[in-house]
Amino acid sequence: MHVTMTVNGNEVTADVEPRLLLVHFVRDHLGLTGTHWGCDTSQCGTCVLWLDGRPVKSCTVLAVMADGHEVRTVEGLEVDGRLDPVQQGFMEEHGLQCGFCTPGMMMTARWLLDHQPDPDEATIREAISGQLCRCTGYENIVRAVRWAARHPGEPTTAQDASQEVQA
Amino acid sequence: MQTPAPVDYARATSVEHALELLERLGPESRLIAGGHSLLPMMRIRLAQPECVIDINDLTDLDYVKVEGGELCIGAMTRHAGVLDSPVVGEHYTIFHDAERLIADPPVRNRGTVGGSFCQADPAEDLAAVGSALKASVVLRSSQGTRTVPAREFHAGPYETVLGDAEMLTELRVPIRPGATSAYTKVKRKSGDWATAAAGAYVVLRDGVVADVGIGLTALGAPHFCAEEAEAYLVGKEPTEEHLAETGRLAAQACNPRADQRGPVEYKLHLAGELTQRVLRQSVARAEGRA
Ligand SMILES: Cc1cc2nc3c(=O)[nH]c(=O)nc-3n(C[C@H](O)[C@H](O)[C@H](O)COP(=O)(O)OP(=O)(O)OC[C@H]3O[C@@H](n4cnc5c(N)ncnc54)[C@H](O)[C@@H]3O)c2cc1C
Ligand code: FES
Ligand code: FES
Repeated sequence: MHVTMTVNGNEVTADVEPRLLLVHFVRDHLGLTGTHWGCDTSQCGTCVLWLDGRPVKSCTVLAVMADGHEVRTVEGLEVDGRLDPVQQGFMEEHGLQCGFCTPGMMMTARWLLDHQPDPDEATIREAISGQLCRCTGYENIVRAVRWAARHPGEPTTAQDASQEVQA
Repeated sequence: MQTPAPVDYARATSVEHALELLERLGPESRLIAGGHSLLPMMRIRLAQPECVIDINDLTDLDYVKVEGGELCIGAMTRHAGVLDSPVVGEHYTIFHDAERLIADPPVRNRGTVGGSFCQADPAEDLAAVGSALKASVVLRSSQGTRTVPAREFHAGPYETVLGDAEMLTELRVPIRPGATSAYTKVKRKSGDWATAAAGAYVVLRDGVVADVGIGLTALGAPHFCAEEAEAYLVGKEPTEEHLAETGRLAAQACNPRADQRGPVEYKLHLAGELTQRVLRQSVARAEGRA
């Protein structure tokens, strides 16, 4: 089937089998491997991306269902080389260890902050409750989101940020 | 890697179109709403429809409104839409209590009210809410429209009275002035399906229960309800003693199965206990204490 959709602001078209899951379309057909694929059972949430502006588990959506719709992946957080405050928050607060859960965490965090710019800890924990992290114990993820909430207007370039972390 | 078996895909542009597709493509075709029950089943090949008919474009079925003394929720309303609706909360807090405990936020962004009812999972939370509220569902086919009480809609685990070329379009709940309601659930972890859950509404008049509804899920209660327990409580004051007896009768209506979520005795204990808790909370809400 022929599909056309907008992914991170760019129109993409492809021929896909109707049974193809959106997570595999994004990773294997578009090469956007930032979105991870974990449990296959709709549980882990690492495959979360935005469909029409809302976080969804892309392992539980057919690619053909996204035909004509708008997708935003973790690659779409960085704009013109400038990191999203959420991405920077994860660096500042050590919000990841292996990084497997990170794309889903960041996409839900960005959505949360767009709707609730100053969430308390309980709200953050509820918002990320659809994602499993096996490394961090969640503490630093909550801190990372809080960091982003405190620094909404300070996007940095990826280079600046990595220099800062190294320093 | 889990992948659905090969399947055809069609996209409906209206309710009429969806019904026409269902008729044309036959019983091996399935509607797909949020897909959060159907796709997991297709991935493990428990379901292998020949064609899925996507109804996500039917945004005219995504609404909450009050009409003719009833709270009406369109079939394509997402869990998140129910949770965010002040109109729902104004009439029946039970929906908000339940929605907060259903799955997790990304799943709630996708799963729909219609899909939840039609999936008929024995642990579906909205099925218990619908039964507690003595709601009804509106079913449409090319032959016409019929309204079925929620307590008659589910025919058993994963079975409903829905015909092959029929579609659920709306959930309707009578608005009962002064009614208060609540829902609670025991689960193993955040986002999990219920080990056991209960919901209720009460209408109090002069300190006496004038009307009550009780719904239970994951407990094997036929039609997700406990009618004897309801009948017992009507006309009585909601004292601890009466609530305890109501809980005991509600547990009697249940027939849970032992599984990795717990043994039968534990679940029966929860049936009684959770019934009491939601009744107690509904009463507290009626008295402005919660
Ligand atoms: C990780 C996870 C956790 C979950 N946890 C819970 C939970 O705690 N509690 C709970 O209650 N649910 C839970 N769910 C289920 C969730 O609520 C589903 O979204 C819901 O059961 C089905 O809704 P859907 O729109 O996704 O339906 P779909 O999967 O699209 O459809 C389900 C079935 O209903 C049929 N159908 C759908 N819409 C209609 C319609 N309008 N008319 C006729 N037939 C229709 C389909 O053909 C299919 O057979 C969970 C799901 C997941 C993935
Ligand atoms: S891969 Fe989608 S939820 Fe785990
Ligand atoms: S950082 Fe490893 S799973 Fe979260």
